[in-house]
Amino acid sequence: MLGVGFLLVAALVVWAIDPFDPFLVYQLSSVCYFAIGAAGLTVLTGLNGQLSLGHGALMGIGAYTTAVVLKAHTDLNPALVMGTATLVTAVASIIVGAAAARLRGPYLAGATLGLAVGLPGVAVRFSNIFGGDAGTSIPALVPPDALSSIAPEVWLTWIGLIPTVITFVLLANLVRTRYGRDFRAIREDEVASALNGIRVARTQVLAFVLSGACAGLAGSLLGYTSNLAAPGSFPLTLSLLLLAAVVIGGLGTLPGAVWGALVVVFVPSWISSLNDTVHLPSAVRDQLPLALFGAVFVVAMLAFPHGIQGGVVRLWQFRASRRRPGAQEQAADL
Amino acid sequence: MVSFSIRRPFATWGARLVVAALFVSACGGSSGSTTNTASAPGITATQITIGSHQPLTGAAAPGYSEISKASDAYFQWVNAHGGVYGRTIKYMYEDDGYNPATTSTVVHQLVLQDKVFAIFNGLGTPTHTAVVDYLNTQKVPDLFVASGCDCWNQPTKWPYTSGWQPDYIIEGKVTGKYVNDTYSGMKVGYLYQDDDFGQGGVTGLDTQIPAASVVDKQKYVPTNINLGPQIAHLQAAGAQVVVLYTIPAFTALTLLTAAQLHFNPKWVVSSVGADPTTLAGLVSTFSKGAAGASLLNGIVTSGYLPATGDTSSPWITLFKQIHDQYISSLPFDGNVVYGMAVGYSFVQLMKKAGQNPTRQGVINTLQSGQLDQGPGIVPLGYSSTSHLGYLGVQMATIQNGAAQFMGSIYTATSDPTNATVTACSTCASKPMPTNGIP
Repeated sequence: MLGVGFLLVAALVVWAIDPFDPFLVYQLSSVCYFAIGAAGLTVLTGLNGQLSLGHGALMGIGAYTTAVVLKAHTDLNPALVMGTATLVTAVASIIVGAAAARLRGPYLAGATLGLAVGLPGVAVRFSNIFGGDAGTSIPALVPPDALSSIAPEVWLTWIGLIPTVITFVLLANLVRTRYGRDFRAIREDEVASALNGIRVARTQVLAFVLSGACAGLAGSLLGYTSNLAAPGSFPLTLSLLLLAAVVIGGLGTLPGAVWGALVVVFVPSWISSLNDTVHLPSAVRDQLPLALFGAVFVVAMLAFPHGIQGGVVRLWQFRASRRRPGAQEQAADL
Repeated sequence: MVSFSIRRPFATWGARLVVAALFVSACGGSSGSTTNTASAPGITATQITIGSHQPLTGAAAPGYSEISKASDAYFQWVNAHGGVYGRTIKYMYEDDGYNPATTSTVVHQLVLQDKVFAIFNGLGTPTHTAVVDYLNTQKVPDLFVASGCDCWNQPTKWPYTSGWQPDYIIEGKVTGKYVNDTYSGMKVGYLYQDDDFGQGGVTGLDTQIPAASVVDKQKYVPTNINLGPQIAHLQAAGAQVVVLYTIPAFTALTLLTAAQLHFNPKWVVSSVGADPTTLAGLVSTFSKGAAGASLLNGIVTSGYLPATGDTSSPWITLFKQIHDQYISSLPFDGNVVYGMAVGYSFVQLMKKAGQNPTRQGVINTLQSGQLDQGPGIVPLGYSSTSHLGYLGVQMATIQNGAAQFMGSIYTATSDPTNATVTACSTCASKPMPTNGIP
């Protein structure tokens, strides 16, 4: 529920800042796709204990599906397009997930890493379908004529918020069902789970498919935001960035996915703005934003070992305990 | 770092006020003595702000990251000599790491937050493809894209976008003619990058070289650095001349791999991947010092800007001086000359567009064909129906780490069905204006 609350606040923020800074609004559309992708990954890695380094490539499947569908039907409703992208990526995830359920730890990481490295090459190999290295254009979302006073970036962000809210509501509910409990049981102990009647492999595939569907939706939204599906948009670093967002936000928590998305979208842009105001030798200037971004992660992980959400929860408990001793016993597992 | 911009209604009123002011000043009939006004987004009475997306980090950064710094150095030089109608040029180039999704973000930032007048020399085909529609719907001038894709020349579809360097098809045609004339009857092989760059080059080559002479066509993707199979295939096919449409790192890899296989054909390399300074550095790095500039001797390439080693060119002398003054830590290579030359084209465009230009006004000026080629050795092709930059190239050979031009200068069209390549006897760099400022 906290995740939904977050998004309502975010929606309120969009509404409030709309007239002021169009770029901030545009960045929120990037927050949306990172949040969806991170939410999916946090369910897989945080709740189910499967580590994927290939979610950037799954986002690529979502984006390319969007591009290919829109190439054939230019005016197709975005809801249908995103639905198709989600579905296609989910189907692809069944194949990956089935392989993944047989692999553990570093072997699983290695297999999904192969996906991240190899999949962009498919787009280059079949360039007649996917447009090769230059990619395939995705037409920008434009508001309908009746709402033509809305700026395109504001419209894009509104369209992005809808699937984000839906995803978070569904995931927040799902993790409280039997499936959510099964995911966590398997993360803690596979043998004990099996003895308790949980079908381990099937549940792991389910977690992977769910997570992959989120990545597909995120990729579709990324396509709409950047107006292009190209191999260069889905490098290995995208998969790593998603994982970093999940960890820095708070592994296994949905609000953590939102925190993480905010960090990976806003921190680099703040750093680069800061970098533009100081005059440094060009060799330093070019590399500094990446170095600072890395440093922010290191410092944040030292300060908040359980991610930002862990820090927030701890702060909240600390305040509560001062008023009502013994309250910190109520550990929150979201 | 949240900057609060003016609410839209005020901006609209502001625009109306500017229009009204222009109208009043036009009615006043004062000629030549008007004052500077904030005539367009990104233009104030004292400054022109422009932006760009560039690969400053990542795989595409080596070499290409120098271009924006060289342009900026040239703008600082212009600013120090009075600017453009007294306005200084502020050049904000942002790193996109050659990732199109990042390009989209930084270009939105430049347009929406930094309110740049134009996007200038945005680098890369996939990266720029991500923003070209956006810039055109927002009517932001998208000047002199740093890519030789012929796709930027679509004035009906993208009226605000223009290319600058000769497109890959034009270069391919002139190169193909040279190969056909010089190595007639010899077996020719191609090695090209499998994207718009390599495919465009091959399209041009194929208009000139008879299919019977081409014994092998090999391609590569830049994510795989093992060129052994392709080179061995070219060798087995008996290629005596190999045309490379490769980026610098892959030109270097090709030369080193071929040397290991004792394969010594005549090398002909696209200007994109044949800057001697860059190549010499790469060859030396990749071979851990075992090979050097001597490996490049005899390579045939092409160019449309004066060679970096041509000390008789006043343009090169000036660019070297600006380089030494502002960016002396960078090597003085083809990328630096490129960046300064494209900067020259921009300053000339802004001067021709008048004292208080609008975005549309700048595009109208570009289409009026008033730009001259400046340091370039071939004319520019801008007109109301063409947004093509330089229209041709001249062949050159690399000797002792420097390119030497040879033969005639040729022009061609980017139409793949038209094989005509025309020698241009009057083509040459324009005489340099005082201080190299148009």
